[in-house]
Amino acid sequence: MSREHSTSGHEYVLELEDVRKSYGSKIVLADIDLKVRRGEFCTVVGPSGCGKSTLLRLILGQEEATYGTFKVFGAPVRFADATRGIVYQKYGLLPNLTVFQNVMLGKKFSGSMLDRWRHRKTYADEVAYYLDRVCLSPDDYNKYPEDLSGGMQQRVAVAQALIKRAPMLLMDEPFGALDPGIRESMQVFILEVWEEYDLTIFFVTHDLPEAVFLGTRILGISQYYEDGGSNPVCGARIVCDHALPRSAQSTVVKETAAFGQLVQEIRYETFTPEHRQYVTEFNLKHPDSFQTLTNEERNGRQ
Amino acid sequence: MKTPKLLGIHAKPGRKLNTILVALPFILLIASYLIGSNLRLQRNEHDKVMPSLSRIWAGIERVALSEHPRTGKIMIVQDTFVSLQRMGFGLSVAAVCALIVGLNAGMFPGLRPATIPFVTFMSTISPIALLPILLVAFKGGEMAKPTFIFLGTVLVMMRDIYNTVERIPKEQITQVLTLGAGQLNIVYEVVLPQIMPRLLTNVRLALGPAWIYLIASEAMGANAGLGHQIFLQSRLFNMDVVIPYVLWITFIGFVMDTAFRKFIEWKYLWYRVR
Ligand SMILES: Nc1ncnc2c1ncn2[C@@H]1O[C@H](COP(=O)(O)OP(=O)(O)OP(=O)(O)O)[C@@H](O)[C@H]1O
Ligand SMILES: [Mg+2]
Repeated sequence: MSREHSTSGHEYVLELEDVRKSYGSKIVLADIDLKVRRGEFCTVVGPSGCGKSTLLRLILGQEEATYGTFKVFGAPVRFADATRGIVYQKYGLLPNLTVFQNVMLGKKFSGSMLDRWRHRKTYADEVAYYLDRVCLSPDDYNKYPEDLSGGMQQRVAVAQALIKRAPMLLMDEPFGALDPGIRESMQVFILEVWEEYDLTIFFVTHDLPEAVFLGTRILGISQYYEDGGSNPVCGARIVCDHALPRSAQSTVVKETAAFGQLVQEIRYETFTPEHRQYVTEFNLKHPDSFQTLTNEERNGRQ
Repeated sequence: MKTPKLLGIHAKPGRKLNTILVALPFILLIASYLIGSNLRLQRNEHDKVMPSLSRIWAGIERVALSEHPRTGKIMIVQDTFVSLQRMGFGLSVAAVCALIVGLNAGMFPGLRPATIPFVTFMSTISPIALLPILLVAFKGGEMAKPTFIFLGTVLVMMRDIYNTVERIPKEQITQVLTLGAGQLNIVYEVVLPQIMPRLLTNVRLALGPAWIYLIASEAMGANAGLGHQIFLQSRLFNMDVVIPYVLWITFIGFVMDTAFRKFIEWKYLWYRVR
């Protein structure tokens, strides 16, 4: 694998067709079809354990799909590199580095040693800026991850990933442990960075209003559906796919009626075990959405 | 609510009581030695097995405070120097080897099959059983001792370093890769600094076995060193020399252990000594 990705010149940064992932005999993802355009802010929701983190690991190149076509930036997926950033649910930070050093990591491996020395002041200012934006005070700079609260660790991890400004950013419940106030300012911050640097973001969250507020596109992944075959079905699929009103809205929209209705709709489609749609009836309204179905699935409903 | 001082799971011994309790077993040990020694000396005043305090002091003066009549050097200093050299040599080479093999086998799966099963198998051999072979192989030469200490400690350390490297979450490695690090950056700038305190802890824990191997090898084939002296003097029933030597070895061991612990705590603030 060559080290350089070409990250520009493709309309779609992600093209998945028929992707399956299983661990041993346990099928986690069954037949994921997905195309994502550059610059999209994709939020991903789904029941706990449906395979959201697994999907991110596949995109990241940390694990390999069991089956299917998997293209990132127009080429078959590669091992993790600087083209895709990640904020993990846990284990993000290096335990032997302080908060400041952890965020500085993104600068450490780019450019020559001389460059880094010459720009050390700019870099330090930039790190301080990012830490300030994730609401960490200079008192915390020299603490080690083990001495931070869960929410603080998450915020450091966010700063660490954002400062690198990789063209594609994957985030796995990055705001899960934050209080409402900080959470809101983090949401604003991430939208800002996303707009300014034209990133493509995948954002997994359990908070539906957050997903609808942040995203330009929302994907519901779920195992609650029927495919005419085995019952219960094995593995999750994309069961809903909506385009969302575009970009950096004020946080006030969360109170509007249309917003609430969309949240309810997605909740119903994705999270309700009793509501099992047949595979041909998924709510895939997004223009980039497509489905590869087998003949049995297409004709199969009795 | 009254907190008990001594009994029960809620007990909180105060500072004074704590000091007394710490000192207690030491006092008991010394007292029982003195009583035993007294009883034996009453029965036979030439008894050499448990010499009195004054005899032990005379022994200390002979080996530690005056020059040896023949060599013109202080005996215990000479022996300590020789022994520590052997131990330092054997242990430091073992630590370096353990680091190199453990780190690389842990990071590069391709290097694993040729190393780890072999190391695991070899570490089941009792090192003591190798000593006679080594003595023959080196014809009782000087290298037999550090080699023996090396063989006795290296495999355990290697396995532990390997396990530590392997247990580093895969997420962490991937994360640093996404920050632009190359494979060598990962191995030498991300993983290596994380296992250094673990390596030092390993050396610290290996000090105990290393002393065993040192004394055993010196007992069986040496003409200098702490272990050599202890066995030589005990064959001559000079317990008044053996006992100060044993106390001295214990003291060195204690100081080394404390020094390692303090150094790790001071140097690796993030590392919680476990
Ligand atoms: N390495 C693995 N080996 C076996 N099974 C695994 C492995 N990793 C994940 N799984 C299984 O895959 C399924 C999906 O896991 P995943 O972590 O992707 O869920 P998730 O959607 O992120 O859930 P959550 O919302 O709780 O984070 C789970 O049932 C889990 O048990
Ligand atoms: Mg998850």
